[in-house]
Amino acid sequence: MYEGPVQDLIDELGRLPGIGPKSAQRIAFHLLAAEPADVTRLQEVLQRVKEGVRFCDVCGNVSEEERCRICRDARRDPTVVCVVEEPKDVLAVERTREFKGRYHVLGGALDPLSGVGPDQLRIRELLARIGSEDVREVILATDPNTEGEATATYLVRMLRDFPGLSVTRLASGLPMGGDLEFADELTLGRALSGRRAV
Amino acid sequence: MYVRHLQVTDFRSWAHADVAFEPGPSVLVGANGQGKTNLVEALGYVATLGSHRVATDAPLVRHGASRAIVRTAVVNAGRELLVELEVTPGRSNRARVNRAPVPRPRDVLGILRTVLFAPEDLALVRGDPGERRGFLDELLVLRAPRFAGVRGDYERVLKQRSALLKSAGVARRAGRRGGEGTGEAGDIRTLDVWDGHLARHGAELLAARLDLVADLAPHVGAAYAGVAPESRPASIAYRSSLGGALPEGYGQPGGPRADVATLEAALLDELGRVRPQELERGVCLVGPHRDELDLVLGEAPAKGYASHGESWSFALALRLGSFELLRADGAEPVLVLDDVFAELDRRRRRSLAGVALGAEQVLVTAAVPEDVPEELVGARYEVRDGEVRRV
Repeated sequence: MYEGPVQDLIDELGRLPGIGPKSAQRIAFHLLAAEPADVTRLQEVLQRVKEGVRFCDVCGNVSEEERCRICRDARRDPTVVCVVEEPKDVLAVERTREFKGRYHVLGGALDPLSGVGPDQLRIRELLARIGSEDVREVILATDPNTEGEATATYLVRMLRDFPGLSVTRLASGLPMGGDLEFADELTLGRALSGRRAV
Repeated sequence: MYVRHLQVTDFRSWAHADVAFEPGPSVLVGANGQGKTNLVEALGYVATLGSHRVATDAPLVRHGASRAIVRTAVVNAGRELLVELEVTPGRSNRARVNRAPVPRPRDVLGILRTVLFAPEDLALVRGDPGERRGFLDELLVLRAPRFAGVRGDYERVLKQRSALLKSAGVARRAGRRGGEGTGEAGDIRTLDVWDGHLARHGAELLAARLDLVADLAPHVGAAYAGVAPESRPASIAYRSSLGGALPEGYGQPGGPRADVATLEAALLDELGRVRPQELERGVCLVGPHRDELDLVLGEAPAKGYASHGESWSFALALRLGSFELLRADGAEPVLVLDDVFAELDRRRRRSLAGVALGAEQVLVTAAVPEDVPEELVGARYEVRDGEVRRV
């Protein structure tokens, strides 16, 4: 245990995701030795992020204004909505430069163990959005794990009552540039059952 | 298949050990506490990524060391593969095959197959149903490594669904007392989703277990008759939480192969039927996690009715049956008999030796060399003072 503020700093850093006690200690001592200007800059950024950044009223992505950059962009196709779990997933899909539609960020996935049910996710907002806007396709891009799959199944149930709406799920299967022989059985099995005619 | 070479570093009591093996029988002899079992445990770890003695990895690392390394050369049909595992408690293990790293340690499953019989196996007969489910699942993974993933998925869904049942039950009781029942509505809507996923993964696991029991039962019966010819006949049967909803003949030798889609539908039906009870109790009442492998001697269940010797013979028959099954599948596993001869009478020792001699390789540990039947004395190793010496 260190004295007073140093230990407080280590404790606070240790609460961040992906940072264990050793890393927290290392960062704390790095900050202690850093130039005051650097620390002030970090302090300011932290403050700005908490005060200045908000969530887009439409899609729930991080944004500086009422509506995020993508929702404001008139060139984006409003009839296709890609549903993702977290803002970082928006960035991942954006990097493909393949997708020209808009997003909807749920803010997580169904996870009863952590007390997350449909009411904790932005599902009601999604349904309202589809009811009021002219959305023709919803792409479910939740993670391909237990919680993400359950969320996708739940959304399919909620969305099937909208007439004329097509609901699709991201394909799961083999990574590009991969070797068949190195694929695990589960991935390869999925790729086989999800095969397409050419 | 046989193990040609085993090297361990900081594994259990061993700072370092290096042993060369040959096909056929090998006997490790040493006084209690010299580390014989630790060596065969290391082989079991390479085969199953688990220990037959402890549930976590921490005790596998020598006290004071930060990680343990197991390195073994396995010869299968003339082809040699070198498997290296680094066990670091609290972190994921790392694995290499022929000196090349593999992405996930479970990729080494299937390279070495062992069937290990140890004193702990008495719990298969006398212990909780969980022991027997674990036995089936472990064998399932040995037959098809894919099931490690299926079982993992099932357990994950089961945990999530159980958490949901608990919170829904609490919300329901709160609602009944006149409180705001908002939480319950959300929980019930998602329960259907989790039911679907539980049924899908559960059906896959259940079908595999049923087929396994159908294939294994004749081998276990024969093995028991071989080990204890004077005793009542032994049989095994899978008892599903589906009860009467399980299609006729599933899980029985010569019966139809289990169909995953049929079982999925049956599980879904049953989940719908017991839902009120599940909400009441907050536990998941249907699924392969509530199933049991019945062990029967004559007409009576082995648990509670079998004598000590009969229990031992039954546990042994389960292992030998597994061995014969894997063999019939075409993969000759390495047979490991850890400290078991001391518990058997002369006749049982002999019949066990008879089976063991048929294996491509059998590794035996014993504290007293006289306990091991003469037929099995092939290569002999002395384990003493932190050293393994061929004698």
